[in-house]
Amino acid sequence: MTYSSDPLELYRQMLRIRRFEETVLDNFPRGLFFGTTHTYIGQEADAVGVLSHLQEGDVVVSNHRCHGHFLAYGGSMHALAAELMGRATGVCGGRGGSQHIQWRDFYASGILGGTLPLATGMALAEKARRSGRLVVAFLGDGALGQGAVYESLNMAALWHLPLLLVLENNRYAQSTPITLNLAGDILARFQAFGIPAEERDTTDVLEIREMAQQAFQAVRAGEGPRALVIHTYRFAPHSKGDDTRDPQEIARYRERDPLPLHASRLDPEAVQKVQAEVEHEVAAAFQRAEGDSAANPASLTPPLGAMS
Amino acid sequence: MTTVLKALNAALHFCLAEDPGVYFLGEDVLDPYGGAFKVSQGLSTAYADRVIATPISEGGIVGLGVGMALRGLRPVVEIMFGDFITLAMDQLINHAAKMRWMSNDRVRVPLVVRTPMGGRRGYGPTHSQTLEKHLLGAPGLRVIAACTLDDPGGLLQKAVLRDDDPVLFIEHKLMYTRGVLALSDLEEWQAERTDGVYPAYRLRIAGAPAPTITVATYGYMAEMAREAALRLAYQHEVFTELVVYTQLSPFEPEPVLESLRRTGRLLALEEGGRTLGWGAEVLAQAVEGDLGGLRAARVAARDMPIPAAAMLEAQVLPQADDILQAALDLARK
Ligand SMILES: Cc1ncc(C[n+]2csc(CCOP(=O)(O)OP(=O)(O)O)c2C)c(N)n1
Ligand SMILES: [Mg+2]
Repeated sequence: MTYSSDPLELYRQMLRIRRFEETVLDNFPRGLFFGTTHTYIGQEADAVGVLSHLQEGDVVVSNHRCHGHFLAYGGSMHALAAELMGRATGVCGGRGGSQHIQWRDFYASGILGGTLPLATGMALAEKARRSGRLVVAFLGDGALGQGAVYESLNMAALWHLPLLLVLENNRYAQSTPITLNLAGDILARFQAFGIPAEERDTTDVLEIREMAQQAFQAVRAGEGPRALVIHTYRFAPHSKGDDTRDPQEIARYRERDPLPLHASRLDPEAVQKVQAEVEHEVAAAFQRAEGDSAANPASLTPPLGAMS
Repeated sequence: MTTVLKALNAALHFCLAEDPGVYFLGEDVLDPYGGAFKVSQGLSTAYADRVIATPISEGGIVGLGVGMALRGLRPVVEIMFGDFITLAMDQLINHAAKMRWMSNDRVRVPLVVRTPMGGRRGYGPTHSQTLEKHLLGAPGLRVIAACTLDDPGGLLQKAVLRDDDPVLFIEHKLMYTRGVLALSDLEEWQAERTDGVYPAYRLRIAGAPAPTITVATYGYMAEMAREAALRLAYQHEVFTELVVYTQLSPFEPEPVLESLRRTGRLLALEEGGRTLGWGAEVLAQAVEGDLGGLRAARVAARDMPIPAAAMLEAQVLPQADDILQAALDLARK
């Protein structure tokens, strides 16, 4: 897998995520999907900017809001759509659904915070194997409530593990504004464990990419964990349902929508071409997934494998 | 007719009004959101100082509840999805359940932890489980499961206001929108309630011949059991008696044994995994009850994580047809 740093390609990746998620939300009322979903609309620049530094074999650990991380990682749009529709061709054959995605070196789970010890263990494994790979773990502001997060920071720093933490502070955990559930400073949490951390309040993909560069270099050089704190905003509801946030606040943050912000720097014709291509890609992915056969109950294997 | 959701919500309003020691804590519980499943709707508006939106810290907030309870309050902690009860396991088992006993009965832990379990909504492997089986049999912890019958709000109210021991109060996501069924309104059924704070219910179809199968169950499965019982009666002339428990742990065998003395056949139904669970205990107690000639079976989930896709989920969780088939097989034995 190769990750492009070309500004137009970064735009394409963000647009792919945006249009994928919008299509998911548009189609929920049609009963095309079962269960629930958490969309990445508004936060696209985080995953695209950060993961543009990935190298083949690097590990990504994601959370409940994983579609954007997965697409930016290089996951198949069709397979993701199919997973959401419960098709046999889904990323995990329909077993995982929206929040539980595993493919290659990408892992997502719907349990908040519990993924951080996993990411730390993965980083320990990569270090032990001298693979040169690193682990990128995404977490939200809300996940900072979980004690396991701090246990992980301690161990990752203590053992100089190749872990890059990406904290996406979209200022809300579900319906709860961060002012109601978080004391103290986010950056200082990492620093307290001796983990160098940097923060930006931005939706600019180039700025995020640039900010991530040094962190990747340091982690890859074996200098131990690093953290990036990105202050951002989600434009759509927490999941598919109601949104109790002030519409004026949402409108205000929409003024710094990462897509037009970045597009304004690009050649308009090239942007239009990308838009048409992405439109086509999204339509094709959902159409194909819709036509795929439903996951087959006979495919359910026992939850324990045979002993070797 | 009120719904289970409204009944539970009303019970919480009542508890907060009744006792200034009652506090309500949980994630996203404040108005206008009112909780992920809306059980806490209106509470924070009416009792702003005693309804607390917490960080996403399930272990922390259950432990917090234990501490509050030890110091004289009566906290109710909401865990948004039953699946996350695993994060509070240490607080429940090593702290809440033992404090009273370890202190030589000096202290009390009047804590209620409420949570919705269950699947059938496509939420996938970490948001669909029925995990109470892992907490059954923990000495010092009471596990209660609401059902649509009788008075689910009253059940919660008793747990909050009258129980001085820690209670894990299990709800089911599909039950919230269902109507509460007062025993007197159950026209097709003849229903009785056992004595005790957390009763069991005995239901049989009114005017039907003597039942030949005892169906032991709880929670949302009691809904499925009632539907199955009607089909069994009208389509197959197999008559069942339902014994619906509200107190799962400690387990009290008498209601099911009493019924079994008349039927001799036992079918245990639960949405949790089949082996080593509630139904297993019911069957074991029945065997130990020395009834003679007992025939028994269980219907439960396959011992497998719960898949997200609808078709797959339906294969793992027990369905109405599974109940029907198991009962018919049992009737022939
Ligand atoms: C252990 C656990 N507790 C609660 C939840 C329910 N839940 C899902 S997402 C969410 C809010 C998460 O907020 P944050 O970490 O800021 O991520 P965001 O949704 O804002 O991306 C909550 C409470 C969960 N999935 N896991
Ligand atoms: Mg957030």
